[in-house]
Amino acid sequence: MVKTPHIVKLDRSSGQYEVIANHWLRVAEGCDDAIPAHTLLPLKEWLERRDELLDRADVGIWFAPDDEPEALGADAARLSMIAVDFPAFTDGRGFSIGRLLRERYGFEGELRAVGDVFKDTMYYLKRCGFDAFEVRADKDVHEAAKGLNDFSDAYQGAVDQPLPLFRRRSA
Amino acid sequence: MYIYDDYDQQIVDQRVAQFRDQTQRFLSGELSGEEFRPLRLQNGLYIQRYAPMLRVAIPYGHLRSDQVRALAEIARKYDRGYGHFTTRQNIQYNWPTLESVPDILADLAKVQMHAVQTSGNCVRNTTTDQFAGVAHDEIIDPRPWCEIIRQWSTFHPEFAHLPRKFKIAVCGSVEDRAATWVHDIGLHVVRNAAGEVGFKVIVGGGLGRTPIVGAVIREFLPTVHLLSYLDAILRVYNRYGRRDNKYKARIKILVKAMTPAAFAAKVEAEWAHLKDGPMTLTGAEIERMAGFFTMPAYEALPAEDAEFLRLRTENKAFARWVERNVFKHKQPGYAAVTLSLKATGIAPGDATDKQLDGVADLADRYSFGEVRVSHEQNLILADVKQSDLFKVWEAAKALGFATPNIGLLTDIIACPGGDFCDLANAKSIPIAEGIQRVFDDQDYLFDLGEIDLNISGCMNSCGHHHVGHIGILGVDKSGSEWYQVSLGGRQGHDASLGKVIGPSFAQDDVPGVVKQIIDVFVEHRQGDERFLDVFDRVGIEPFKARIYQKERAHG
Ligand code: SF4
Repeated sequence: MVKTPHIVKLDRSSGQYEVIANHWLRVAEGCDDAIPAHTLLPLKEWLERRDELLDRADVGIWFAPDDEPEALGADAARLSMIAVDFPAFTDGRGFSIGRLLRERYGFEGELRAVGDVFKDTMYYLKRCGFDAFEVRADKDVHEAAKGLNDFSDAYQGAVDQPLPLFRRRSA
Repeated sequence: MYIYDDYDQQIVDQRVAQFRDQTQRFLSGELSGEEFRPLRLQNGLYIQRYAPMLRVAIPYGHLRSDQVRALAEIARKYDRGYGHFTTRQNIQYNWPTLESVPDILADLAKVQMHAVQTSGNCVRNTTTDQFAGVAHDEIIDPRPWCEIIRQWSTFHPEFAHLPRKFKIAVCGSVEDRAATWVHDIGLHVVRNAAGEVGFKVIVGGGLGRTPIVGAVIREFLPTVHLLSYLDAILRVYNRYGRRDNKYKARIKILVKAMTPAAFAAKVEAEWAHLKDGPMTLTGAEIERMAGFFTMPAYEALPAEDAEFLRLRTENKAFARWVERNVFKHKQPGYAAVTLSLKATGIAPGDATDKQLDGVADLADRYSFGEVRVSHEQNLILADVKQSDLFKVWEAAKALGFATPNIGLLTDIIACPGGDFCDLANAKSIPIAEGIQRVFDDQDYLFDLGEIDLNISGCMNSCGHHHVGHIGILGVDKSGSEWYQVSLGGRQGHDASLGKVIGPSFAQDDVPGVVKQIIDVFVEHRQGDERFLDVFDRVGIEPFKARIYQKERAHG
């Protein structure tokens, strides 16, 4: 699969971001041999080789929209890198995947949005727990990053701000 | 009325900036048409047959007079001097230019309005009873709950791109005036045995090409859990709703495929994780919201105003208008007035800038400065003193909004149809007009009693034809416009879908067919029976027999 040269990396605690080089290669299927460093494997493939890969911080997983975070379960808390594919930006299933990984399965590593990623979903992705964005190669990555700050506050609780506005407003 | 604070204002202001940026990027070619489409739709902007169409949100149908004047000003400044009120209690402008839309949004934001999520595959404007807060049969005012839902759904990050559009309706009264059984989610305010208030939760209702009445998935949801429960439903739908076929993507298809019981179990399992989390509503928030919808400063008045009663006895036309267009109020000496946007010869739901300004003046003078929009596409002054009714009637006549036809055959619900809408199979507006012209005798109409006639220009059913007592649907037959007629549909707690009467008709034949339907009704009617009662008693056969006796219909 194609590798975009740059990604937007967000520091979740400070809200600062930078554009950095992309080291990870997402593969459509793995190989029988040893998995090279900085490989993102499909969830199914990773699960088949779970025991061998669980402790490898340099191998990550990528989720397709119909992959279920439930299949990974508590293992998520031990991983350092998960990507979620948005084949089309209008396919919102990945938003739920992001939240479930972060909020239910304790994933603390890098959560990366890949696929049809550009300015206009960055803010939603950030709210759902994503902190790395492989912006589509034909879009301006710096311009896209600005989308992270389209809004400075929101009504609902989500990953970036678990308290809904109504709990903060009345405070 | 809800009043924005700095948070609300900042969110709509930032939305204007975001949409201005999106529009500029589209115009400069940075965003392709395909990319811009879902983005502009989520802001209510369609590219229509002749021009763009902008749909502006009127949350749960409530407007202040300054907002009505702003809508009039927008009609003048950016459109051709009128707007169209829709069956979702919103307003549409048919002639703005694409380039002007960010400016329109900026003008709207100044009066605490927006076009957020008025279209697209996201949670849409929540609708409710147009008589909320004043209805005599109300259990609890649904409006604070609508506003709570509006805020929860606005830019909800997880549900920004659902499989399909998603509509929620809330009903707080005994009679269901919000069509809750045919929404993606319908919420009924109920009291349990202990006297506590909660919601009955209905999912998977809907019109469109697979019309279906919703199923109850929870009999009683304590109010504090409303948002976490909605999150659970939407999450199940977002993850498992079909995305491969837009005609099978609504939640009703998922609920049907899983069965309502299995769907409910999935929601409950999801909710078990979310229940009692941060989205649990606080007493303070519920109170804060309720505080925006308090009773206006009513005067203590006698239940009946003597002068009003005298005028009503003396003036037949006034009496008729009172009977049709004035709704009983829970406050003694007050009434709710419906301004009819269904005058013959005018597209149902259309209002000019001058009419809107006139309505704003009426609201200021007679109804605490507030106006409501009903899903039947009429406007309502909810708090008029009985003693002012005669003056309001005269002013409404001058505006052309006093047709005494609310609930009658000519109070037609019609979508914009083929005159404006790209998706249409056929026109709706000329059909409405044709029928109104046949039934121009007010005495006769009055005697016929309540008949809902609803027209949609295609299967998307924006005109709610399935739940009209008489439903008319535009169909495409080898490139020409035809109309299918159904009978016996209804909204409310006994909501059900009309039955198609037979092969469809050409445009010119439709008014005559409606005339025949009414003739059959009148012939079978006993005393003051309603159309629906006659239909339920005699069934569809006598209607069929009359209409298809001659070779009028074609295939
Ligand atoms: S029912 Fe069809 S024709 Fe009418 S407004 Fe909706 S989409 Fe357009």
